[in-house]
Amino acid sequence: MTRVSLSVNGQAVSADVENRTLLVHLLRDHLGLTGTHVGCDTTQCGACVVHVDGRAIKSCTMLAVQAEGAEVTTIEGVAQDSGFHPVQAAFKEHHGLQCGFCTPGMVMTAIDMIRRIPKLDEKRIREELKGNICRCTGYENIVRAIEAAASAMGGRG
Amino acid sequence: MNELSLPTFGKSVKRKEDDRLLRGKGRYTDDIKLPGQTFAAFVRSPHAHAKILSVDTEMAREAPGVVAVFTGAQMKEDGVGQLGVGWTVYSVDGEVQKVSDHRALAVDRVRYVGDAVAVVIAETRDQAKDAAEMVMVDYEELPAVVDPARAQDPDAPQLHDVAPLNRAFSWEIGNKDAVDEAFAKAAHTVRLDLRNNRLIPNAMEPRAAIASYDPGLDQYTLYLTSQNPHGMRTAFSLGFGIPEHKLRVVSPDVGGGFGSKAFQYAEETTCLWATRKLGRPVRWTAERSESFLTDRHGRDHITHAELALDSDYRFTGLRVHTIANLGAYMSGSGSLVPTYMYATLLSGQYNIPAIHAHVDGVYTNTTPVDAYRGAGRPEASFVVERLVSHAARTLGIDPAEIRRRNFIRNFPHQTPVVMEYDVGGYEASLDKALEMIDYAGFEARRAKARDRNRLRGIGISTYVEACGIGPSRKLGQLGAGGGFWDSAEVRVTPSGKVEVFAGSHSHGQGHETTYAQLVSGLFGVPVDDVMVSEGDTDRAQAGTGTYGSRSSVPISAIVTACQKIIVKARKIAAHVLEVSEGDVIFEDGIFQAKGTNKTLTFPELAGAAYVAHNFPTDEIEPGLKEACFYDPPNYTFPAGCHICEVEIDPETGRLEIVDFVAVDDFGTVINPMIVEGQIHGGITQGIGQALLENAVYDADSGQLVTGSYMDYCMPRADDAPSYRVAFTETKSTSNPVGMKGCGEAGAIAAPPAIINAICDALDVDDVPMPATPERLWRIANGLGGA
Repeated sequence: MTRVSLSVNGQAVSADVENRTLLVHLLRDHLGLTGTHVGCDTTQCGACVVHVDGRAIKSCTMLAVQAEGAEVTTIEGVAQDSGFHPVQAAFKEHHGLQCGFCTPGMVMTAIDMIRRIPKLDEKRIREELKGNICRCTGYENIVRAIEAAASAMGGRG
Repeated sequence: MNELSLPTFGKSVKRKEDDRLLRGKGRYTDDIKLPGQTFAAFVRSPHAHAKILSVDTEMAREAPGVVAVFTGAQMKEDGVGQLGVGWTVYSVDGEVQKVSDHRALAVDRVRYVGDAVAVVIAETRDQAKDAAEMVMVDYEELPAVVDPARAQDPDAPQLHDVAPLNRAFSWEIGNKDAVDEAFAKAAHTVRLDLRNNRLIPNAMEPRAAIASYDPGLDQYTLYLTSQNPHGMRTAFSLGFGIPEHKLRVVSPDVGGGFGSKAFQYAEETTCLWATRKLGRPVRWTAERSESFLTDRHGRDHITHAELALDSDYRFTGLRVHTIANLGAYMSGSGSLVPTYMYATLLSGQYNIPAIHAHVDGVYTNTTPVDAYRGAGRPEASFVVERLVSHAARTLGIDPAEIRRRNFIRNFPHQTPVVMEYDVGGYEASLDKALEMIDYAGFEARRAKARDRNRLRGIGISTYVEACGIGPSRKLGQLGAGGGFWDSAEVRVTPSGKVEVFAGSHSHGQGHETTYAQLVSGLFGVPVDDVMVSEGDTDRAQAGTGTYGSRSSVPISAIVTACQKIIVKARKIAAHVLEVSEGDVIFEDGIFQAKGTNKTLTFPELAGAAYVAHNFPTDEIEPGLKEACFYDPPNYTFPAGCHICEVEIDPETGRLEIVDFVAVDDFGTVINPMIVEGQIHGGITQGIGQALLENAVYDADSGQLVTGSYMDYCMPRADDAPSYRVAFTETKSTSNPVGMKGCGEAGAIAAPPAIINAICDALDVDDVPMPATPERLWRIANGLGGA
């Protein structure tokens, strides 16, 4: 067991984990943040995307111990108070989710995308979503939601 | 049937469920933690076919954290029964289907890669996985057969003693003599050999189960990623001898199903049994690799189809022979999907006087096959729509015209294959789609594409499907093991809030919103005052689950229960308002005494029903709660026209879907936003089947070659185009709302539209699915591959 200390959604946390424990399991099993999901075992589906030190990463492919000292943001921590982050609001407005399982990863990827890329068009959004699989929506309304959120946020995450 | 028209219909109300799902506050099965829980890990067969000589669990038992190791033999000794089969078909010779022995944990033989052999229960997930590696199984490998075309060969390996030649059934429908006669007299005949490629459903949430036992209540609880929790409760109760009232099944938020979560599986069966043995909660969540190996697969048909036409290009006969791969064991609806869900739709939207279909269901050393989005109906539409476009191409007639010439125009219409279509307007959806895509301008677009060295093609698909499955009696005659009604209970609280308990289950469909919209319209209360509860056998009394686009059935139960409440509420209102019942008007949530200004709001009425001061309780019971079991009089028949335009780069084989229009007739649409979302998703799965997805088994070893997202090509965002969606409307007569169902249409309509477009672009008779760039490049460059 190794003691790992980090900041999650602005709170200092620490936990004793096995060296092989993945970041996603630290979040889900130790910290009870079950909004981050596991949809595959090959780093393809993106249901587990969180932000580590401001970058979108797949938390199923990072060891918990690698997050020592990091600032981690999960889907539970993107909104101010009880409201919605503009990306969450846009997903609801444009019906960008159905079963909701890929959704946290989609939202975290979208926030990161809007932050990184000043001018997002449909083609670029579709390319940027390559690491996130959705089986329900056919992506159409996810793309519309991200376009709308990017526009609402003035291109700034 | 009285058609209901409510002010809340046709409104794109934003989804209530989104508030929790978007915040990461959904509650999926794997999110639930129970005190004292243990973790299960399965030991799975690495061979496609082998005898189990011995299972040595000693080392695993000694491993850190291990609580128990169980084998199939122990489970069998304990009297745990077979995994359930819910449908019975009969072969041409009158023999009943040959049902495989199918146990949760294999006892003496394994029959596909991934077949579970033993289970390790440990204190943590990793300890269970580590110890599972230590279980030593001694196998004697046997030759395997994975190709359904080879399964019936006399020298093919035999999977089950009960099924000689690996044949589970050899079934037929329709009139063979009439079809033979039609072909003898035909002016034209066309034929195609088609393969409907094997698919893996891939709901994004892997399957999961948590079983627990409460000794105080003497009650078992099974949390399950199921589309049909009530059905599972009955199945598990019967299979385990647990009295049904001592078993609660809960399907909380479920991350997609597409059919694959509708059946009884080995893993949840094992968890429930293990919790009984151990007295501690036992949980399991599939890793994606396990999902690939063990979730029921879909499709996998090999078909030869022939169409007879007269000199006016009217269809006179259809002859179909299909070999359906059932996989290693007969799954819950394994024999239903390739028979009554398939061949009964072979008439399509057309007047075809004679149809005969013969289906051989065969066992192979592959994952069991069952319902996947569309379940039989995509296979039927693919045969019909490919054949019709092929006839048009071969005979030199426009593909829209040949359809128009053969459309059914008079309803109700009895097809030669069981179904009676109640309503439809096929020409309307065709015309609208042709207009939207500018069909007349296509040749100019094709010529322009040619200037850019792109091969452009257009493909039409005019599909019909059967949804809203019921009625129970008719399905019983066809072989159903259970009923196909659905049930709902509607409770009005003393303050006028409404609680709806339904026997269906939402795993992406947005029932919490759509059902609330419906009840809001009926009672004149705000959508937010309606709570919808599904998926808990302790809350809703009964249900038959959600699959096959059948929520028109629970919706009908909700409508009927609400109408019963209104009947009672009027009686109460009459007493409170001191007028006769006939003088009570109920509109927009207000009970009014006719010709007066005396009114009661819906909450006031609810209060009066519970206070019970102002009406005779020997005539009218206090309270406000009603229930309904609704058994539909017929299926519903959604239909429509999807048209696809593609461009292919002959130098690379790269294909682009440059336009896709979908015009669907779903009858009454309650929430267009949700319905459009279903269409988008369905079409994208259809694109997956036509262009990307293929479950491939190695012919020699029987290994699943496409066992991860690195090998199995799921549609990504940049594989999908932007869709143009529109509706036409004829109202179903099978339910009070006039609705039909929309969940599967896209997956049914899209594959033939796309393949028809590709054949048109390349000017060839057929292109196999998935039409990958390599295949297209080969065909475009005359290197074969079709």
